Amino acid sequence: MEQLNTSPDYDKKDRKPKKRQNPSFLYKMRNNYKYQKYFFIIICLLLPLIFYIGIRILPTLFTFNVGFREWNLLSTGERPFVGLSNFVTLFQDEVFLKSLLNTFIYIVIGVIGQLTLGITVALLLHKINRFVGLFRVIYFIPYVTSIVAISWIFQWLFMSNGFVNDLLINLGFSQQPFLNSPDQAIFVISAAMIWQSIGFQMVLFLAGLSNIPEMLYEAADIDGATPWQKFWHVTVPLLNPTIVFSSIIGMITFIQVSFTQVVNMSMDGSGGPLNSTISVVVYIYQTAFQQYDMGLASAATVVLFLFIMGLTIFQMKVLTKKFDY
Amino acid sequence: MVQKWRFALLGVLVLFVIAACSGGDDETSGSESENGDGEITLEYWQYAFDSKVTLMDELIEEFEQENPGITIEQTTFPYDQYNEQVAAQVPAGRGPDVINLFYGWVPSYVDAGYLQPLPQDAFPHEEIEDEFFPLVDATKIDDEYWTIPTAVRTLALFYNKDLFEEAGLDPEAPPETWDELQEYAVELTERDDNDVLVQSGMAWQPDQQGHHWLRDGLTLQAGGEVLSEDRREVVWDEDPAGFEAFEYWLSFPGELGTSEQGFYTDDVTAFVTENAAMNIDGSFRVGTLQSDAPDLNYGIAPLPAQDEQSTNASFWTNGITADVEGEKLDASIKFLEFLTSEDVMERWLDATGELPAKEAVAMQDEFVNDELYGPFIESLPYANAHFFIDETGERDLVIEAANKVLLEGADPEEAFNELVEATQALYDEYWSDK
Repeated sequence: MEQLNTSPDYDKKDRKPKKRQNPSFLYKMRNNYKYQKYFFIIICLLLPLIFYIGIRILPTLFTFNVGFREWNLLSTGERPFVGLSNFVTLFQDEVFLKSLLNTFIYIVIGVIGQLTLGITVALLLHKINRFVGLFRVIYFIPYVTSIVAISWIFQWLFMSNGFVNDLLINLGFSQQPFLNSPDQAIFVISAAMIWQSIGFQMVLFLAGLSNIPEMLYEAADIDGATPWQKFWHVTVPLLNPTIVFSSIIGMITFIQVSFTQVVNMSMDGSGGPLNSTISVVVYIYQTAFQQYDMGLASAATVVLFLFIMGLTIFQMKVLTKKFDY
Repeated sequence: MVQKWRFALLGVLVLFVIAACSGGDDETSGSESENGDGEITLEYWQYAFDSKVTLMDELIEEFEQENPGITIEQTTFPYDQYNEQVAAQVPAGRGPDVINLFYGWVPSYVDAGYLQPLPQDAFPHEEIEDEFFPLVDATKIDDEYWTIPTAVRTLALFYNKDLFEEAGLDPEAPPETWDELQEYAVELTERDDNDVLVQSGMAWQPDQQGHHWLRDGLTLQAGGEVLSEDRREVVWDEDPAGFEAFEYWLSFPGELGTSEQGFYTDDVTAFVTENAAMNIDGSFRVGTLQSDAPDLNYGIAPLPAQDEQSTNASFWTNGITADVEGEKLDASIKFLEFLTSEDVMERWLDATGELPAKEAVAMQDEFVNDELYGPFIESLPYANAHFFIDETGERDLVIEAANKVLLEGADPEEAFNELVEATQALYDEYWSDK
């Protein structure tokens, strides 16, 4: 490394290398400060990159590979390549199709729910001057609370003679089965997920709101805009990047968290009653670690991957439309 | 220029990846556990159940003193992660030598080539069949015993004596027949003005012990069978008794309205919090009740029966994994023999509430007359352990059948027939490559 002279004089001199046809990589390395700088940067980036490839990309590729094999998790024997057969099995499996549909429902209800509530809370918090910190803490606490604990609390709230049913009965409504009902359970579980994520969304939107210049509102005031018009024509367009970001992040978290809640809140702990709350992630878990069918589980993972990718692209296309300010 | 850079970068990356992938495989493993002094280390795995782990620690210490040169390392995992851990570590070549499994999982493990049959010279078939309760043959596959348990558990009726008295029932005379059980359940149920269930006469939860009660309790009590002798055919529907049991089972949350799924989240919670007056549960629950609800005034009775007596039995059982051989195998056998010795069985009952797996040990007077364990032991001679080819799968099908009737109003007979058919499909798949 005796060539690594970084003195400015050396640099200036060397920045225009002598004419040389197609200088080799090593030649440039030795003589060109710019390249040495790049080399240093790249070495620094390489280490995390290799780590990242090792723990993220390779396992992902490995999963793709396993998806095309017959692979019993417990077996130490052969793992023959079976082509698309796992995918065929998957799409003939009613439970998988149900889980795909449910995941979609979780995303739709969840993302819409948390965006609306997150924006609402953020707008309200943005307006007040006192106790802001206190409110922020209160709304953010659920986000950092154990999902299992929250699931159990919701289960107690919504059980047949729990708090919510008491409330309904006192208000003159009839008792609801909630988690025992194939039609209602998925909404109760979604509610728990939304409730937990409001705090995080709120923080994102508060940051987004504080980036909107006050003068735009003043200008709107001068133009005689109503609060509603200000919201639609100033706040929403300028919050658009935040909305895109949180809906994509929200969607991905909903796919991921639709595991713990489902396992802890569904009637038999596996997405019941009658598979009405099972999500793809729960399906993958059951296939891999209860039926030991790694091939099928990996195939489901690949489908989920494509599903998330498709939805993300869709969201970015739909939500990032340009606004004229 | 830029292209070249990319190319170089890619080259470096590929080199790193190749280096990372190829390392580690060429080291020969396997000798790590036997060093030069003939010292043998056995790896023993079980799931983390406090009283079992503590007892096992004591037992291992004793065993090591009696057998110098053998060291046993115990590793435990939470119940939920147990299969997952086993499955993840084994392909990596890091499994246990002796493993504790739920009997319902054994066929999957045998199927995967993960276990080896118990050596017949150490565990002769006649001896097992003579000494152990016949239910241990639930892990006899391909005419081989693959595992051997220390202890077994049975189901019995738990009932709350205080609630019995409140309802004007004799707390010393628990129900003994199917009809009595229904009558008692109705008597013990309370609903408020809005017809909301406030006290369940009979806790009812298919995903806990409910499916076992239906299969090995009610069906056999009504004179039916679930499986054919050769374990290939599901014969649940060949005798009207099967459907009779199914209907009887569903009558509690159904027409009688004494029970609700998920009442106070599950049957155990409902019983412990005195919101349910009766529950069908296993002997393993006694320990939990004693520690979690020391003031609960409850009694235990054998399962109410119909024509015949029957109860479900289940057990955790020990096997030797496929790759164990030579000195390690000898040591594993010694360890298994120790774990199934009479002394260990007696201590197992005291420490964990699980019943001795050998008839002669279990049927001693002091155990049979025990107020808490007596009813469980009494039912051992007619206890049955269902041969599961897929414990979770079969359980899920029962839950599904129950929910179809209870939640979707499906015809019980149709739901029952679907249950039989779907269960048969699981068996067909299991046996198809045998």
